[in-house]
Amino acid sequence: MAKIRRLSKTNRRQLLTYGVVILAYIIIQIMGGAGMLSSSLKGMLVPICAYVVMALSLNLTVGVLGELSLGHAGFMSVGAFTGVTASIVLQNVIPFAPLRLAVAMVVGAIFAAAAGFLIGIPVLRLNGDYLAIVTLAFGEIIKSIFNNMYLGFDSHGFQFSMITDNTRLEDGGRLVIGGPMGVGSIQKISTFTAGFVLILVTLFVIFNLVHSRSGRAIMAVRDNRIAAESVGINVTKYKMMAFVTSAALAGAAGTLFAMNYSTFTANKFDFNTSILVLVFVVLGGLGNMLGSIVAAAALTILPEALRQFADYRMLVYAIVLILVMLATNNPTIQSYTARIFGKKHKKGGAA
Amino acid sequence: MSKPVREPVKLVPVPSTNIIPERDVDKSPILECRHLGIDFGGLSAVKDFNMAIGRTEIAGLIGPNGAGKTTVFNLLTKVYQPTRGSILLDGRETGKMTTAQVNRAGIARTFQNIRLFDNLSVEDNVKLGLHNHINYGMWSGIFRLPKYWKEEKASHDRAMELLSIFDMENLAKTKAGSLPYGAQRRLEIVRALATNPSLLLLDEPAAGMNPSETAELMDNIVKIRDTFQIAILLIEHDMNLVMGICEGIGVLNFGQVIAKGTPDEIKNNPVVIEAYLGKKGAN
Amino acid sequence: MTFLSYLIIGISLGSIYAIIALGYTMVYGIAKMLNFAHGDIIMVGAYICFYAISSFQLPTPVGVVLAMAVCTMLGILIERLAYKPLRQAPSLAVLITAIGVSYLLQNSALLLWSSTPKVFPSKLRDTGVKLFDGQLNISYITIITIVTCLIIMVALTLFTGNTKMGKAMRACSEDKGAAQLMGINVDTTISITFAIGSALAAIAGVLMCSAYPTLSPTTGSLPGIKAFTAAVFGGIGSIPGALLGGLLLGVIETFAKAYISTQMSDAVVFAVLIVVLLFKPAGLLGKQIREKV
Repeated sequence: MAKIRRLSKTNRRQLLTYGVVILAYIIIQIMGGAGMLSSSLKGMLVPICAYVVMALSLNLTVGVLGELSLGHAGFMSVGAFTGVTASIVLQNVIPFAPLRLAVAMVVGAIFAAAAGFLIGIPVLRLNGDYLAIVTLAFGEIIKSIFNNMYLGFDSHGFQFSMITDNTRLEDGGRLVIGGPMGVGSIQKISTFTAGFVLILVTLFVIFNLVHSRSGRAIMAVRDNRIAAESVGINVTKYKMMAFVTSAALAGAAGTLFAMNYSTFTANKFDFNTSILVLVFVVLGGLGNMLGSIVAAAALTILPEALRQFADYRMLVYAIVLILVMLATNNPTIQSYTARIFGKKHKKGGAA
Repeated sequence: MSKPVREPVKLVPVPSTNIIPERDVDKSPILECRHLGIDFGGLSAVKDFNMAIGRTEIAGLIGPNGAGKTTVFNLLTKVYQPTRGSILLDGRETGKMTTAQVNRAGIARTFQNIRLFDNLSVEDNVKLGLHNHINYGMWSGIFRLPKYWKEEKASHDRAMELLSIFDMENLAKTKAGSLPYGAQRRLEIVRALATNPSLLLLDEPAAGMNPSETAELMDNIVKIRDTFQIAILLIEHDMNLVMGICEGIGVLNFGQVIAKGTPDEIKNNPVVIEAYLGKKGAN
Repeated sequence: MTFLSYLIIGISLGSIYAIIALGYTMVYGIAKMLNFAHGDIIMVGAYICFYAISSFQLPTPVGVVLAMAVCTMLGILIERLAYKPLRQAPSLAVLITAIGVSYLLQNSALLLWSSTPKVFPSKLRDTGVKLFDGQLNISYITIITIVTCLIIMVALTLFTGNTKMGKAMRACSEDKGAAQLMGINVDTTISITFAIGSALAAIAGVLMCSAYPTLSPTTGSLPGIKAFTAAVFGGIGSIPGALLGGLLLGVIETFAKAYISTQMSDAVVFAVLIVVLLFKPAGLLGKQIREKV
């Protein structure tokens, strides 16, 4: 205990975050084993993990780098489609499901990272609202592309076509991505444990990146781009670093999410999903990783918990969201909470 | 940490006049501006700017408000690309370099309106100045390889060493944005020094300081030059500071150099007096 | 001839986008916020007019006026309750609140009017002008849409250029603090801006649903995003920019649907936007603001 007190504030914060995640995992596993979890809650565990990783990765772009991204679901989409394709193709090569899932998530992450890099080239040159709108545009483009993509494979290899199905697969071949029908007949190999591991990996990557030389550079770009250039920092390089890392993690989350369902379409990863994740990040606090985890988990469970309100639940959700935003930005309440919690909550650092 | 503090070199006096001296390795200026100029639309903010600064000289750039002094700094650091003329840093043309490249080549600056990384600690601000001298990459950081621990420790030590110039070590963990104004100005100077420049540009370093703080700053600037053996070019309105420590002064008005010389020459120059006080004051 | 037909349809669609984009651009100019709830105000306007016409048998112009009135009041109410308290807050907070308002409007509509799509009645859709011996059919609604857009643009340009309130709006969008010091009531000015934007949204809603008759709680969402894109395209904060951006967007979308593919038309539109922003980072008519160093 004394050793913990001697650690710096940021290290204690990281330890707390890891601790909360591990504790939550253990508790939920115990509850699940004892049959205390409702089936609806059990079904939400993997999506919660996916949304947590989405929120953490978006926090890297919005909170640490300081750039608004409205197309984050696009990277989830890329990860979902490529990861699931890899899983289907490797179905007989790697019969051991957890390993296949891991490989699929890595594939998803790599493709999402590539997408992040390609998109980053035009996007990161812009600033502020213009950057935001272009990320939104790319999100829609990605959705449109996958909605019109036909990808299958047979003994001759991969067959690909756009807009209409010209894949002409032979018998025994399989159409993986079927245009607007999306992907079907997926073996659901995502597990809560896999989600838990992905969250830990994400935290590891993000925390270690932020508390390193590269992380400092990224935050410098956020705080004062011109000053960052004046000390020799290559702004484009570090913007790209944050953006691509964020995309890769979102891609892995997308793979995990997709393999929790037997079918999915590109419309699952649209502008609304991007906004949903953005809400998690803002409510949890920019740069606050633990906040993102709590917000993502709580707000995913909230609509379920509001089930009793039946038809009114989304309305209540909306009202709660507005009230929370008004409350957290009210100067009177801000000074009140500052007095209670001692020091003013560090805005924009990274914890 | 790769680069140690430079060995002190023999101080060679370099004249700061319009005449650009013969290229002689010992005496060659660290910075030469030749016919430097920039136009914004129809307005020439800086016209035919010529200046040479000696390797370890403390030089001053003065002039009325709006004369174009900060614009010169922005040209030197490539915040604006000049429309005319050239800038030679240590004999090398800086051409189409970007701001970051110019810093790596050896020019560091502070800003008129302080530009610190407000949400980061004082120590982190200095470490960002050390950014290009810390040798490990993204993957070493993520996987916490041995290089990370070694370089971070070295950079921490170096940052503390730099902060000690202004006795700011105890402020290391403070958030930069919450520092008092004077401390913020000093931190900017420390951060700029951390980049290991050969030329340091200070933009109104004494702004908002009272006479005793200014006197302390004057001593510190000279101390910095003596310790690091670098050239310093400063913009200032405080004439005590300028006349006190500058070895060469250039006077700017409406984007052009109207006078150059030693403090004594400038003090009594009627053109300079007229620029500041108007025709009546010159009489 | 089909080219001309598509062009006119594109201009008509673009007119709708332009009217919506005006609302986005005016609010952004003065309050520096992206009002994500704007698209849903369009939807509300359309529903009000729908019920006025079909349930209460009111004549169409009355329905339109009613929709404008309701939307105007709604816009002012939202601004006072949800956006005004956050004027000093970071822009991201206001954005999220706007998203909350958007969800609120969509779900209220869902509860009030159910998710079953309504068919917006319009006699003007099926009848029209026949030109070139019947080779070119232009429906009356197309003509009315384009004319309405032009009238609005002219009226708005005259308003912001010549009236006292118009000048106040321009002053507030340059510098709120200075405007206040000049005696301009910033609160009233902002409220009026939202009011005008919301009224325009109502008009756009009626025009849109007259031409594209399906109406459901989410009808305003995609046009809202596209119009927002058009506003940025033309240069956010610029009124002529909103017109240009909207028209271009409508034309590009229609041609993409006709000559490339209906399903990929959205992708094409967004791709064009990205390309334009790469060459003109502040939009077609936007001003590049140089950061002072």
